[in-house]
This record gives sequence, C-alpha cells and structure tokens, in this order.
Amino acid sequence: MSVLARLARTPEGAAGLVLLALPVAAALAAPFLFPADPLAIAGPALAPPFSDAAFPLGTDRLGRDVLAGLVHGARASLMVGLAAAFVAVAFGALVGTIAGFSGGLADEALMRLTEAFQTVPGFLLALAFVSVAGGSLPVVVAAIALGAWTGPARLARAEVLSIRGRDYVAAARVAGMRATEIALREVLPNALPPVLALSSVIVANAVLVEAALSFLGLGDPNLITWGSMIAEGRTMLRSAPHLSIVPGLGLVVTVLGVHLLSEGLAEALATRRARA
Amino acid sequence: MSGLAVALSGLSVAHAGAARPALSGIDLAIAAGTRLAVIGESGSGKSTLALALAGLLPDDASVEGRLAWPGLGRAPLAGRDIGFVFQDAGASLNPVLRVGAQVAEVARVHLGLSRRDAAAHARALFRRVRLPDPEAAMRAFPHQLSGGQRQRVAIAAAIAARPRLLIADEPTSALDTIVQARIVSLLDALVREDGMTLVFVTHDIALASGFADRIAVLDGGRLAEEGPAAAVLSAPRASQTARLISGHIGLDTPPLVARAAP
Amino acid sequence: MNRAFRLVRRRALTAVPVLLIVAAGAFLLLEAAPGDAADAYLLSIGGGDPAFVAALREQWGLDGSLSSRLWLYLSALARLDLGWSLAFDRPVRDLVAERLPATLWLMGAATALSFLLGSALGVVAGARPGSLADRLLSAGSLAVYAVPGFWLGLVLIVVFSVRLRWFPTAGIETVASGKAGLARALDIARHLALPVASLSLIYLALFLRMMRAGMAEAWRQDYALAARARGLGRFRIAVRHIARNALLPLVTMLGLQAASMLGGSVVIESVFAIPGFGRLAHEAVAARDAPLLCGIILVSAVMVVAVNLAVDLAYAALDPRVEDGEARA
Repeated sequence: MSVLARLARTPEGAAGLVLLALPVAAALAAPFLFPADPLAIAGPALAPPFSDAAFPLGTDRLGRDVLAGLVHGARASLMVGLAAAFVAVAFGALVGTIAGFSGGLADEALMRLTEAFQTVPGFLLALAFVSVAGGSLPVVVAAIALGAWTGPARLARAEVLSIRGRDYVAAARVAGMRATEIALREVLPNALPPVLALSSVIVANAVLVEAALSFLGLGDPNLITWGSMIAEGRTMLRSAPHLSIVPGLGLVVTVLGVHLLSEGLAEALATRRARA
Repeated sequence: MSGLAVALSGLSVAHAGAARPALSGIDLAIAAGTRLAVIGESGSGKSTLALALAGLLPDDASVEGRLAWPGLGRAPLAGRDIGFVFQDAGASLNPVLRVGAQVAEVARVHLGLSRRDAAAHARALFRRVRLPDPEAAMRAFPHQLSGGQRQRVAIAAAIAARPRLLIADEPTSALDTIVQARIVSLLDALVREDGMTLVFVTHDIALASGFADRIAVLDGGRLAEEGPAAAVLSAPRASQTARLISGHIGLDTPPLVARAAP
Repeated sequence: MNRAFRLVRRRALTAVPVLLIVAAGAFLLLEAAPGDAADAYLLSIGGGDPAFVAALREQWGLDGSLSSRLWLYLSALARLDLGWSLAFDRPVRDLVAERLPATLWLMGAATALSFLLGSALGVVAGARPGSLADRLLSAGSLAVYAVPGFWLGLVLIVVFSVRLRWFPTAGIETVASGKAGLARALDIARHLALPVASLSLIYLALFLRMMRAGMAEAWRQDYALAARARGLGRFRIAVRHIARNALLPLVTMLGLQAASMLGGSVVIESVFAIPGFGRLAHEAVAARDAPLLCGIILVSAVMVVAVNLAVDLAYAALDPRVEDGEARA
C-alpha cells in the first residue's frame, strides 16, 4: 500500500486532505473562475453576502468581489507558504549539512549564526527585511524564510552528525569516495527525510506569517491576500465584520488542513515502520 | 507460616498483537513462606508470570485462568500485599524525585503514616537494606546513586508497606557479579527476617540454586517442571531444565566440553 | 547555589558571541538603510549646508571605514546608547523603555495563562489517553493551533466588544481616567483580557499538546509501572510522578517560544492599539526608521537571552540530573 493510500486511511490524514482540497482547488481554478483582477471594482460597495447572485459573498468597502478575493487569496497564501517553506528547508538543510560535515570552527561559526537568528524574533526579522527591501513577492518569501530556516538547519546538522558515524559512511570512506561525494550520495539522502517531515509545520507557519505581514500592510501591494483582506475589512469591523472574518476562515481551513495532513503522515509512516 | 500464598490454575496470558501466548495453562501453588525461583530463558514467560502475580499486566493483555489467594481471602493490593522489585532499578525510580520521598510515599499511602513518620520509616528501611549512608541517601536523587544502591532503594520501596509476598524480577541481572551476590544475600536476609514469601525470577540457575526452596522452570510459556530445589537440580525431569543446568558454565565446569553439549 | 551560578556563567558566555552577531547584523541593516545619523540630525534641526554635514560626519567618525564604523556602533551599544530615532526624533533607548512595560505585561500574562492552563489541560488529557476528555481536548487544540492570533483578536473584538460590550476594543487603559491603585489595575486587566487571549491561545494549544504527548510517553516508562507496583493510585501517579517528568520539555519550550511570542505581540498590539514594544516595531517599519528598528531587534534579542537564562535555571531546579556542562533535553 502506498503512503498516500495509508494517509487517506488515517482519520487525520483524510480530514486534512479534504480540508486542503478546498484552498488548493480554489488556487488552481482562480484564473478560470474569476479571470478579472480581484483588486478591481466589480460592483456596488458593501453589498451584503447572499443578496446578489453575482457576488455570493458580497462586496467590500470599494465594491470588490469578496469571493473573487477569497479564491485569489488562496493562490497567494499557498504560493507564498510553499515557496517560503521550500527556501527555508533548502537553505537550512544546506547550512546544517555543511556545519555537520565540516565540523570544527566552521561548524561552531554556523551554529552561532543559527543561534543568533533564533534569538531574534522571526517576525521582527521579516519586518526589518521587508522594510529595507520593499514589499514584493520574492522579498516576502525571503523575509519569511529568514525566520524559518534555523529549525531545518539544526535538524539537518544533527542528522548528518549521527549518520556520519555509521558503518556505511565509514565503508564509503574506506572505499575511497571523496568527501563531497559521500556527503551528496550517502549522507544527504539519509538526512533529508526527517528534515522534510518538519516542512509541513514550516508551510503552515509561513502561511500564517505571510498573512500577518500583509495584515500589517507589508505584503506585495499588487497581490490580493487573505491577510490584506482582513486588514481591509477591519475598518468596517462594526458594520460588516464578515469582511474580516471570511478570509480568516480561509486561513484556518488551510493551516488546519496542513497540520492534520502532517499528523496523518506521521501516523502513516509510523505504521509502515512498525510493519517493516 | 503455613498454607498457600497463591494458587494459579490454568493461567494463560496473551499480549496484544503477539503471535503466541506468553503463558499458557500454568498450574502452580506457592506455599506461604516459600522461596520460589522461577527460571527460564528470555521469552519463556517468566517476567509475564511475575507481572501477572502482581496484577501489573498491561490493560490490553488477555488473561484466562484463575489466581486464588487463600491466605488473604481477597484480591491482593499491589504495594500493600505484594512488593515488586524490577530488573532495572535506575528506570524503576522516578528520576526527578528524591529517593527518600519515593520510599516514604509508599508508607504514607499504605500505612497511613504522617509525613514525618513516613520519613522516619523510610530512614529505617534504608538502614535495613544497608545503604551506606541512609541520611544522605534520603536526600539523593536516583542518578546520584550507584546501580547496587538504587536496587537497595527499590527493595526498600517494595517492602515499605510490609507485604507478605515479594516478587523480584531479575533484580540482579543489570548489576555486576559482586554486587549481584550482595543483593541476593540482602533479599535472602529480608525474607528470612520478615517471613515473606519470595518469588525470584531469574535466568541464572546457579543464582537460584543458592537460596531457593523450590524451583519452577518455564519453557515457551509452559511450566516445564516445579519441585524442591535439590530434586530439580539433581534429577531434572524436563529436558529444558537439563539444558539450563548444562548451559550454565561454572568455574568447576570444563568450558569447551560444556559448550559442545547440545 | 553553586550549580545555578555555574549555569548562569555558562549561558552568559555562549550568549556573548550570539549577541555580537545580532549586533553586527543590526549594523548591516543600518548600513543598508538610506541615510545615517548625520542626516537624521540634520533633519531634526531643520536642515543645513553640505559642509556642515561633512564636518559632522568627520566629527562622529561616520566617514571612516566600514570596520571603524562597526567599532563605533558596538562601543555605543556598550554604553547602552541605542541610537537616535528618525521618526520620533528621540533616543531609541527612551522610546524602548517607555513602550516595554505594556508588552511585558501582555507577554507575561499570555505566557502564564498558556503555560498553566495548557499544562493543566494536558494533564487532564494525558491522565487517560484515549478517553473522551482526551479526544475532545486533542482535537480542539489542533483546531486552535490553526487560528491566526490577529484574526482571533478581531473576532473577539466583534463578539465581546462590539456585540456584548464586555471589554474595550483598544488601548491598555482608559485614557485620563484618573484611576489609581486597584481600580487602575482592574482597568488594565480589562483592557488586556482580549489581547492576552488572542496572543496566548495558540501557545496554550501547543503546551496542551506537548504535555499530553509527554504524559503518554511517561506512562510507558518503567517508573510508572513501578509506581503502580507500589500500589499508588492512578491520580497520584499522574500528578506526582508523570506530570513532573512531562513538564520538563514544556519548560524548554517556554524559552524557545519567547522569540515567537515577542513577534506575535507586534501584530496583536497593532490589532488592539496597545502602545507597546511590538507596536513600536510596526511604527518603525512604517516610518522606515532603521535606527529604531535595529534598537528594537537588539533589545528583543537581549530579552530572549534573558528569558532563556531564566528557563535554564527553572529547568535545573526541576530536573536534578542537570549538572553544569550537561545539555538539557
């Protein structure tokens, strides 16, 4: 049985797949469902939800379609979340592998650097980076990754250190393989799975950090995101609270889906290990 | 002391998910005041038997058969009626609590002593189990004691409520030989002084032969034989017993010859 | 206590290089940002001619090499001089000192609430793994774990401030109320209730889940079986034997999440208009005030180091196995 099939069999995994299917489908279908710019004015301002068939979730203060924003926001959230997690895991794994492999002074220096990054709140780092580099999509991705790479780096280093001492690495060394070759062919493939297992948590976190950044008005201004929609709706919190609440539900569904999926995945992998 | 401490009839235990039962159809009567050694190889079910006697089997184990406690006339209470000494004393003591408090706790719960009296009781017990410095030991944490000292503490905790039955599950196999001998003689002395019934689980037949009145041999979850120690050792009826005896390489046994035997 | 002293010394020694790296990073950030202290001074006095600026730079050593400027920056920090805020036209140190108390109250209350309630509920869930209470709490905490704090804050405002009118929507106390003593404390508590709830809920879920997992793990340990063999009751074992051990990783987490909670307070303070340290960070970014932002980063790094030191001491008090030189789990 494949991991995916076992994943779907765990209650957490199944629920996670169902929940995540919503934002993923929305993200994929967004250009076809709502080809117009979601930031453009589409109709009358502040149309209440369920009143106009053209705008099922109503419109915001400027007359923009809330549903279109929600669907396009899924695209931005997932894109930024996945990209930032990818950058963080790749960079962290690289740093951790180098540190674990070289040992000595280089290891010491890299670990102090990692600690320094852990000492500064990741969200403040992201704020500082965006404020210096300006709010564009790549900058936001880098800013989020800046506060998220330390976990993978420490884990990768620990894995490399434990694998380095194992027999097959010693055998490869005896067989005359070069250090870089051993690192890439023997150690990295074995060190990576635990680091990848961490990545679902990083994706969920990245989605939340992106939302917080754009909520504070520090995201890409040309991109509609759930965070910016919540911030936009905040001015109407008394009269039209749904403008803030609805995009937040999108966030909750997405992040909960990722967490459930990772729990299910852990369980599915554990049962496979138990059977092996 | 006379009469039966406990009688097992048709006791079978299967652990959840295990291919074969850990114990099947054990019939065994243990007379009060006996010192019974339960011997067998690892996987023979001897630890399961110890846990079953003390009522400590995991919730998902399925149990058949009967345990009768004629001397008590009721179901025994763990700790109160039965003391249990584990193989790994280091793991069986809570790492973050002082050992004096852990022993005193048993006295508080079962004997209803005040905090002060329980501490005094624990101190007396520490003297009885011959801890070198009972006063310092009271305040020590498990990791600050040696393996042998920890096992003495664990024994003190096991007998703190003055149980009638003491079960020791390989209490010495994690220790080196000199300490082993001292722990065994301590158990021997304590059981003698208090007239306790002792069930001593071990894979070491030589250790068992030293002080047991009776020996029970387990093999693959079944009781291979049970009888007076001298009889079992000198004229083993079960092949498993013979194997355990011949497998034991003593100083008086020519090693290569013994090892060549099946 | 000798052990505590050695622990403090060891932690302080490793913190020095880390804080130096942070300071160097802040310096690079300052260099990357447009303008320098001379420009700032010029702005604050309303302008001046280029020759004056050049003279000022020379006098302040701002025309030196990168390394000499770094040295200048670090020696200023050593004198606790955090620089001059462009946006507020005031020393960064004064601004930070002014804004810190509100954030410390917010974070302190959120930490206490999440840790105490989270570990207590974790004990309830972990006392009987698989029970109804366990399953409800586990599922609930997973759901809570997915809720962004700032959005939760808005929802709480809609429900409790706008609809029910139980709590105020903004600020840390009623402005110019003339309240003092207990009345003032109650007023602040009323203002902080919703922000603390928004900030702490996610950590509460985290601590609950860790405590539950730790309890489940501890039940499988030999000392739990040994405690049963000594005839101790299930409740007594859960509270006295299991929970103590399961609590240890939570204490470590308390230090790890300090940085995360400080970051979270930036957004929460913005939602509830609390004039705190986090909101100051947001204001610094909005005004592109690099010296202020760098000062904030440095102070938060020092705070995180301090929290971790406190956590180390607490850990050593709870786990007798920690000797100096030995890493904690």
